[in-house]
Amino acid sequence: MAAWVFLAAAAVAIVFACLAVVVRNPVLNVLSLVIVFFAMAAIQVIVYSGAILVLFLFVVMLLNLPRRRRLGKGRPLQAVAGILLAAVLGGMVLAAAAILPAELGAVLPGAAAGGTATPIGRALITSHLFVFEFITLLLAAAIVGAVYLGEREMR
Amino acid sequence: MNAELVPIPHTWVLALSAVLFAIGTLGVMLRRNAIAIFLSLEVMLNSANLAFAAFAYRFAAAHVAAAAALDGQIFIFFVIAVAAAEATVGLALFIALYRLKETIDVDRFNILRW
Repeated sequence: MAAWVFLAAAAVAIVFACLAVVVRNPVLNVLSLVIVFFAMAAIQVIVYSGAILVLFLFVVMLLNLPRRRRLGKGRPLQAVAGILLAAVLGGMVLAAAAILPAELGAVLPGAAAGGTATPIGRALITSHLFVFEFITLLLAAAIVGAVYLGEREMR
Repeated sequence: MNAELVPIPHTWVLALSAVLFAIGTLGVMLRRNAIAIFLSLEVMLNSANLAFAAFAYRFAAAHVAAAAALDGQIFIFFVIAVAAAEATVGLALFIALYRLKETIDVDRFNILRW
């Protein structure tokens, strides 16, 4: 049962990831990426589809781009290099997946007692506090940077 | 958790992550629209997240340590935060570049070249 659900979600994720990468219409790219993230983890819809991809969609529609040339056209060297790189990088992880013993996973500790969010949240503000605070600094810097870059008059 | 649900092997998740990462790599290498390259980058970041999740799941099963299993989940949180920051700055950059050159085709951005 769980295996079929996983396989179905995986198939949807792969098909729509291909669409997100290959299709020339940018709006379709963004929307198929929403489906990829939904297939991968429904919780991601909150942050990814809810915030980041809406931002992407906003920019795509703001810029109103014309459709581009076909994928990889006019750049044969780069096309070959890209396919080779994708095959090598993907193949390395696939090989790792094939070598590792296919042991069954289990629910996270704490999942039985009130969900996994509690131990994750606790670890975030205790053992990972420094990184957590650093992330807030990063996000603040990103906001300032985006506002500065988005100014109409480039100084 | 329902007892009749059979858990899936973590290697399957890892394999899905590999396929998605390869698709993202292809997009980054082959697309010329800057936003499409960015979207492919998001696919790659998410395949890495999936690998983190797969190993968190694996270490939870192995009962190595509760903290080790949680680390994977926490890293996903950090990756999502970094991806959000990256998307913000990147899209602001593309808008600034579009104002400058009226295009976001990455082949046209050669203004740093002498």
